[in-house]
Amino acid sequence: MSNRSRALARRETMAGYAFLLPSLIFFVGFVIYPMIQCVYTSFFDSTMGREDIFVGFKNYVDLAKDEIFWGALKNTVVIVIVSVPVTCIFSLWVSSVIYNMKGPACSAFRCIFYLPVVTGSVAVAVVWKWMFNNYYGIFNYVGKGVGLLDKNINWLGDERFALGCIILILLTTSVGQPIVLYVSALNNVDQSLVEAAQVDGANKFQCFWKIKWPQIMPTTLYVLVITTINSFQCFALIQLLTSGGPNHSTDTIMYYIYYSAFKLYKYGYGNAMGVVLAVIIAVLSAVQFKLAKTD
Amino acid sequence: MKSTAMSTKVYKVVSVTAIVILAVLFAFPLYWIVTGSFKTAQEINATSPAWWPSEWVLTNYEKLFSKQVAPLFSITVPFTDITFAGPQVPAAIRWLVNTVFMAVAAMGLTCATAAMAGYALAKKRFFGRTVVFTMIVCAMALPKQVILIPLLREMSALKLYNTLWAVILPIVGWPFGVFLIKQFAEGIPGEMMEAARIDGASEWKTFSHVALPMIKPGIGALAIFTFINSWNDYFMQLIMLTSTETSTISLGIANMQAENSTDFGLIMAGAALAAIPIIIVFLIFQKYFTKGITMGAVKG
Repeated sequence: MSNRSRALARRETMAGYAFLLPSLIFFVGFVIYPMIQCVYTSFFDSTMGREDIFVGFKNYVDLAKDEIFWGALKNTVVIVIVSVPVTCIFSLWVSSVIYNMKGPACSAFRCIFYLPVVTGSVAVAVVWKWMFNNYYGIFNYVGKGVGLLDKNINWLGDERFALGCIILILLTTSVGQPIVLYVSALNNVDQSLVEAAQVDGANKFQCFWKIKWPQIMPTTLYVLVITTINSFQCFALIQLLTSGGPNHSTDTIMYYIYYSAFKLYKYGYGNAMGVVLAVIIAVLSAVQFKLAKTD
Repeated sequence: MKSTAMSTKVYKVVSVTAIVILAVLFAFPLYWIVTGSFKTAQEINATSPAWWPSEWVLTNYEKLFSKQVAPLFSITVPFTDITFAGPQVPAAIRWLVNTVFMAVAAMGLTCATAAMAGYALAKKRFFGRTVVFTMIVCAMALPKQVILIPLLREMSALKLYNTLWAVILPIVGWPFGVFLIKQFAEGIPGEMMEAARIDGASEWKTFSHVALPMIKPGIGALAIFTFINSWNDYFMQLIMLTSTETSTISLGIANMQAENSTDFGLIMAGAALAAIPIIIVFLIFQKYFTKGITMGAVKG
């Protein structure tokens, strides 16, 4: 390597880091450092106003014995297992119907399905709380009106229904982004392949599964990953609507982390749960990638 | 052949009808917020709900604006106790001011840092580039809420706890923006950068005059994306902000809900105040927003 090109390479490196620096300060300071802290503190008995005490794996052992934690884990898994496939299938179906609509219709539909996301979790939660209300809620009124219910149900206060209600609301706030992604992916499908297949006599169904589906696979994978992460993080709805109740029937891991850390002030314990959650999500994402690759 | 054409048509009609019905259901909560906020107390608390307010009243908004007061703004001179406070206004107005400040600051800082970093990662070849990029992708896959406990302690140590900066800084640190701009900057032709270099342009000039105009659409998308997401980032606000003066609109409404859980009219007025501004912003910039979402997914 000549002196000149070495000087050029050095200039390139210097410039690269100079441009990266502002962003790296924030990234390392407010993402990487807290992540390391999270793992580190999970080995301590840590709370407000006193020094942390090293306890080794005690937090993790306690977690394994904590029935509320297992209940929260079970609820989280239920939420993920129900909401991820439903969200994916629903948004693919909606997108496949609206993506080739003429004029502003497609973007109007896309907008409407995105509205619950933009509205924000607090506004969404409070209006659903009203709609699910025992006395003044519209669900009981309509349910009785069409003869489905014979008496008022306290939707969010009943162990049998609370988690289902949360999942329903979660679904309305999670299909917006996948629909946007699928519409754009379906519009990017290579039209010449579709036409060639049609000339060869393929019907709509075959066209979809043989031509379009493989081409939108990367989008499906992305949708799976983000929906899984979002469902695992379901928090605001729980905190605002049920606070984990009744009788812990709607506890999720995210809510239990919040509860342990900010209500019981068990920081180390909360962090240990955070680490477990992060590991679960990382493993799941890796599995999803692996499965998609082999397909 | 004819029968398949027929059945395709039937499928089409049925599914479009179903989607129209679903769209109405999806829009309904928002409709319920807005109409609810103008209903009288009798109509709110009626066992048979009024689908349309029989009488539009402003009592809920009057109640919302008369509940608490706070100074319109307060600016503290750094490292001193000198504070300038604005005139007293209803707390809800202060919450809106706080939310707008938070969202704008997060947006500005994110765009500025991400534009430079994304450009460097896409166009500069330097030692450690792959490591940085891998770290960014891995961090994005992890749930950001798990770092909230350490963040809380960090913010207390930095004396930023219960200030809007405690919410703003972690949003800026979140690397999605860098990732998005990198995808965009990949599209800058190498020849253009080469030409600028041969003309003797400095690194900064090359960035600001050649690269920046080309990644502008990406920055627009990121700006609107960050604005909307930080407006609605309730969890972070809940943990970092504790007083009426530092509250955001979402947090203010959530607290109000906890205190007056059955005054649905008042709460709907608050929800409308929180949701309508951001929905208007979304509708105006919808095109950029959609682009931001799809750009971020190009490589997954």
